Amino acid sequence: MKPRFLTGLLSLLMPAMVLAGEYDLTVDRVKIDTGDFVKEGIGYNGASPGPVMRFKEGENVRINVTNNLDEMTSIHWHGLILPFNQDGVPGISFPGIKPGETFTYEFPIQQAGTYWFHSHSGFQEPDGAYGAIVIEPEKREPFRYDREYVVQLTDKHPHSGDRIMRNLKMIPDYYNREQQTVGEFFSDASKNGLMNTIRDRMAWGDMRMMKADVEDLQGFTGLINGKGPEQNWTGLFEPGERIRLRFINSSAMTYFDIRITGLDMTVVQADGNNVQPVNVDEFRIGVAESYDVIVHPKDEQAYTIFAESMGRSGYARATLAPEEGMEAAVPQLRDPARLTMADMSGMPGMDHGNMAGMDHGDMDMNSSEGMSGMDHSNMEGMDHGSMAMGKGGQSDPFYAKGSGLVPTAANGGKFLSYADLKAQDPLYEDREPTREIELRLTGNMERYTWSINGVKYEDADPIRLKYGERVRFKFVNETMMTHPMHLHGMWSILDVGADQWNPIKHTVSVQPGTTVYMETEVDEPGQWAFHCHLSYHAAAGMFRKVIVEGGPESTQAKTDVIAKDGGEV
Amino acid sequence: MSCIRSIVAVSFLASIGVSTAVTAQEMISDTTARKQPLTTWGVQFEEFEYRYSDDDEELGVWNADAFYGTDDFKVRLLTTGEYEIEEQAYETLENQLVGQIPISKFFDAKAGVRFDTPEGPDRTYAVLGVAGLAPQWFEIDANLYVSKDGDTSAELDAEYELLFTNYWILAATLDASVAFSEDEEIGVGKGLVSTETGLRLSYDLIDRAFSPYVGVVHERKYGDSADLAEADGGGTEDWFAVIGARIAF
Repeated sequence: MKPRFLTGLLSLLMPAMVLAGEYDLTVDRVKIDTGDFVKEGIGYNGASPGPVMRFKEGENVRINVTNNLDEMTSIHWHGLILPFNQDGVPGISFPGIKPGETFTYEFPIQQAGTYWFHSHSGFQEPDGAYGAIVIEPEKREPFRYDREYVVQLTDKHPHSGDRIMRNLKMIPDYYNREQQTVGEFFSDASKNGLMNTIRDRMAWGDMRMMKADVEDLQGFTGLINGKGPEQNWTGLFEPGERIRLRFINSSAMTYFDIRITGLDMTVVQADGNNVQPVNVDEFRIGVAESYDVIVHPKDEQAYTIFAESMGRSGYARATLAPEEGMEAAVPQLRDPARLTMADMSGMPGMDHGNMAGMDHGDMDMNSSEGMSGMDHSNMEGMDHGSMAMGKGGQSDPFYAKGSGLVPTAANGGKFLSYADLKAQDPLYEDREPTREIELRLTGNMERYTWSINGVKYEDADPIRLKYGERVRFKFVNETMMTHPMHLHGMWSILDVGADQWNPIKHTVSVQPGTTVYMETEVDEPGQWAFHCHLSYHAAAGMFRKVIVEGGPESTQAKTDVIAKDGGEV
Repeated sequence: MSCIRSIVAVSFLASIGVSTAVTAQEMISDTTARKQPLTTWGVQFEEFEYRYSDDDEELGVWNADAFYGTDDFKVRLLTTGEYEIEEQAYETLENQLVGQIPISKFFDAKAGVRFDTPEGPDRTYAVLGVAGLAPQWFEIDANLYVSKDGDTSAELDAEYELLFTNYWILAATLDASVAFSEDEEIGVGKGLVSTETGLRLSYDLIDRAFSPYVGVVHERKYGDSADLAEADGGGTEDWFAVIGARIAF
């Protein structure tokens, strides 16, 4: 039932027969040129992004990581299932890699697909320390393609990570340049009426929340494989070929909406795991997620890969073309996203007095107890904002009903939803969870504090799980921001209502005002990180340590052997 | 390697039947910066400007603060001064050093000391205040002062920003001070002492780090304080044209 366990066992019993790959990575100071600006950053083997690491399912890898920085570093293998002391999180998996030292990671590759790696030390990842991982499967894949490209996105900012964090702490809207203006007040007033607009502004002002709080960090240049929009990374193809694009979002903070004008995309993998194919015109990729899509361009023409940030403050762009130098039109950015009251609905203790003030308009506010309730199915009639904005009709069960963040395809076609993701070949048998753990995602934008259940990592006790249990995590997003929650070391089985066909992921996006469930088969001993993958939210405290207690002796032995081999720094 | 131990021991214990009571020890404890409170700092000049009054008075004025600390506790230095350029003298010079802790979602409490060392008599006060964001986006800073001689006074600062665009910002400010007892030596009468209202139109030239502005400022003294100023041969009301920059780093 779990072939990778067998593989692991085999690799223990017959080490001589197992494929073994040795890889070297150096961690270096590098120059990053986005076309808009040049900055100092951190990279691997002299470049940012680092190399694409190509592994084979079933091999044992040894990766020698040499730290050429003058500070500690680490590499986390994002999405890989491995012994916890190889997971690369300083303070949780291991102490970290000191300047000048070489640390050897060693672990069996027990999966296939598209993943990535990045530093888990300080803000080295936003500063450029990331790269892609492609694992070739042992078995034939359930889809075919003639050519493949990694398409790795990031949101490169001219400021260093440390400076961004400090600026956000000093002035939380430091980077927000999509705030509502006097001009927007008048255009809203002419659209929705003056009194409605005043009431709307007063309701938000009363909460001290901004409709424009979609992207904390603006002013970045979107990069694809290290190239800015002007530098235009280009993937070549022969017309008629099927191309597999391995999209990875390695951004510090930015969600991207991705489309390729003129091409249908067939989503075949999410977070490295095969899903039942879905044809889409556009999809949203959360921070740290990956999606593999197949496109089939038949014409001798260039196609633009356009990745617009969720808040529409920036974009990344690349090209698929039959010949180098060909390019296609680059679309305009759409209007900035605006949150609605529905996105605020997860916020507890919202003063009903404030809400009463909003009751006079033409919207139906009859379910005001839904305000503190988290279930978005009760949110009917709360979509004042979207009604006022005059653009209803779109819905996605993974967004609050009437949310201002519900994505729509630029061409009016199909936009991928989490609800469309169904596992191709379930890894785990479906069973009842043994218990539920509620994790409220909490924060305060005006203080730029982020936490889980109101407690920051610095003050938090670890989450303790027992080996062998199946835990149902209930995420309740009480903030107005989207949080990509990433559990290390074990799969997150996202509840899309498809039972045994629920997809397995490593990163689960939780939209404002929604509750999302995922289940985890607790099948890896050790201790693991569990956090929001927005770099500055994690650093501000939206982070936990998970301890898995117990575990079979055999797994234990494996862990200990590798721990000895891997050695300390 | 010593840090990776105890799970074997735990599973052994579990196997002899005390499983539910057992809690595994942490394998390594997180001593990285992530597990420490995030310490930050910042310096902001809300006002850094040249003022030219309707009586041809010229002033160099600043109003700034610097902080260092965590979410739970910050040390903040607040400094404000008005330097009379012609007379080469400080009309006002106030420095406050306060400790600051959060008391509600949007407000902090502050306590500390304030030293006034302008031209003329000096004063030292104890400070107790609250600062934060009020509904409808008013930035509020309210303080109570008690001088060494027991004179008490209060000051309220409020600021509101209107965004013409995301770069052109009009900031309206109001500072009002009230004295609960007279301190004649420094020209303070009982009651409403003075107000300063300002309107400044700024442009964010470099991020939010450097935002030049122009504006107008109106200063007025009231009641006994106005009488004291007049008796001293001074005015009770001034209009200023100002040019300066908001600075943050």
